[in-house]
Amino acid sequence: MELKIIGEIKISNMAYDKFNIVTSTAVPLPIENIDTDQIIPARFLKATERIGFGDNLFRDWRYNPDNTPKKDFVLNNPVYSGKILVGGKNFGSGSSREHAAWAVYDYGFRAVVSSFFADIFRNNCLNVGVLPVQVSPDFSDKIFTAVIADPATEIQINLAEQTITLLSTGEKESFEISSYKKDNMINGFDDLDYLQSIKTEIQEFASSLPI
Amino acid sequence: MSKTLFDKVWDAHVVRKIEGGPDVLFIDRHLVHEVTSPVAFLGLKSRGLRVLYPERTFATADHNTPTINQHLPVADPLSANQLNALEENSKEYGISYWGLGHQKNGIVHVIGPEYGITQPGATIVCGDSHTSTHGAFGAIAFGIGTSEVEMVLSSQCIMQPKAKKMRINVNGKLGKGVTPKDVALFIISKLSTSGATGYFVEYAGDVFENMSMEGRMTVCNMSIEMGARGGMIAPDETTINYVKGREFSPKGEAWDKALAWYKTLKTDPDAVFDKEFTFDAAGIEPMITYGTNPGMGMGISNDIPDAAHVEGGAATYGKSLNYMGFSEGEHMIGKKVDFVFVGSCTNGRIEDFRAFTSLVKGKHKADNVTVWLVPGSHIVESQIKEEGLLDILTEAGFSLRQPGCSACLAMNDDKIPAGKYAVSTSNRNFEGRQGPGARTMLASPLVAAAAAITGVVTDPRTLIEDLVEA
Repeated sequence: MELKIIGEIKISNMAYDKFNIVTSTAVPLPIENIDTDQIIPARFLKATERIGFGDNLFRDWRYNPDNTPKKDFVLNNPVYSGKILVGGKNFGSGSSREHAAWAVYDYGFRAVVSSFFADIFRNNCLNVGVLPVQVSPDFSDKIFTAVIADPATEIQINLAEQTITLLSTGEKESFEISSYKKDNMINGFDDLDYLQSIKTEIQEFASSLPI
Repeated sequence: MSKTLFDKVWDAHVVRKIEGGPDVLFIDRHLVHEVTSPVAFLGLKSRGLRVLYPERTFATADHNTPTINQHLPVADPLSANQLNALEENSKEYGISYWGLGHQKNGIVHVIGPEYGITQPGATIVCGDSHTSTHGAFGAIAFGIGTSEVEMVLSSQCIMQPKAKKMRINVNGKLGKGVTPKDVALFIISKLSTSGATGYFVEYAGDVFENMSMEGRMTVCNMSIEMGARGGMIAPDETTINYVKGREFSPKGEAWDKALAWYKTLKTDPDAVFDKEFTFDAAGIEPMITYGTNPGMGMGISNDIPDAAHVEGGAATYGKSLNYMGFSEGEHMIGKKVDFVFVGSCTNGRIEDFRAFTSLVKGKHKADNVTVWLVPGSHIVESQIKEEGLLDILTEAGFSLRQPGCSACLAMNDDKIPAGKYAVSTSNRNFEGRQGPGARTMLASPLVAAAAAITGVVTDPRTLIEDLVEA
């Protein structure tokens, strides 16, 4: 078991694979406002365990009502693959269902790149080991153009350095992440053990509340 | 230093600040439903953790539940399994569980306020984005993911950075037939579906001051539809009169103490917001959406805008209109309607059914329309009966279903068939939201009523005689 020390706090849990540098081809989805009902429709939220959500990722864009694949959807296009999903602006809006982030992870993506993320989805991603990488609209356009022109285009995401690089041209941009969350992802830790470790402080706080 | 309402409530709940990281925020009330909780409970089991404050957590079943024949076993085995899991988990961890058939069962964001679980100045979370509803009471209330549900169960805290602050003022007097839902859809149409992302919104101005608690809940409920973490309205006499005496509201000395705290909950006059918008109530019409996100709304008498006049890419806009089967420049009025849904945590309260009933009274349901009227809770259901609304509705050709989330997200059997058009009082018009291929037009209970009796999209103002204030 690994241990992480934040001040005097020991954290020990591997909730997901560590994230350091990911170099991969990417899957482009240049549509804006992709909501979590598209990422995983509500009828697939009935499980009581976190298993198999990747099978239903983008279910209704990916499959016809008779469950045959829709040929024009990018996940069904064999030329595109990789660990990085590139989405249009305002990715992940709508429902708070963490199942959306689970589906993205379970399908095999480790990072989602967009010029803008919805808050709850971004937060859920960080909690389950998917790195949300917010880039400028300009850089997002460049990635879409490059990946669509040549699906073999590789992108490198370096979490420690907080950079994303289009390897074909060397163009690079830095992205934001809190140092706390960055540490968590690099080490594969989550918030739960942190909270456990300050339980006494939480209980003292609770007893001092106004209501 | 001057503080906003949001600052006051947030700061009072910060257990600890992490440098270069989030705040550890204490959560007063945790609402739990069957869909987003089972994996959190599994996590507790695998880590050997207990629920730290079971008395702060309240569980209900709403997303999966049928809205007819609730006395029978739930037919869908997956739904039944999920409902069973919540019941078992609640029992194991000592949490109050108001399951199907329980007198207090209902939509989580309807029953929270009804039973006084929702209190001004509280922090309230639930694994559901429409938790923003409870902000109507001056609470900080927002939706969380399942990992966070597990955090709250085990530590009564979550870890999030403080949001930026936005104030939205709406002043003046709302026109005839313009309801809180129209105010919400109007604001979202102005800001877009992502216009408040990263912000916590305070609604201010005389429109909200004069609004009932139920109307305020409708507005705050829709905050997430413009991307906001949540929305809130400063508590006032209306709020305090609503909260006082409810089952879980503080009593006696505790009430006096709570009241003193509630009275501090307003934005200081010189407090600063990161962003501020002001709208004139007179500019708001009954609204309807024409696209596949809640920002794609307009006054019902307008025409569908051209791609050139909307924010965002033309490709996305075209995809959306194509899904809806609509074209730029078309009128919405007169479009055929197949289904009408009145209900959800947005518009499933008694005032919504009063509004709907006031318009259909003495008229008859259109033959081409299937209408689902779904109360948000058993209290709402009883009120509909006791106030005589059910008799009027029955006379007009309508029937009432049993409480639940129903066709808002179509996890149960209440699905709009592919290709069909629904005027819905719910909160989301996303592709497939109300069933695979379903086409949703979001609107108020009055617009829903007008569609239910005419069979087409109709401006309710043309049908209004003596309207109950909605």
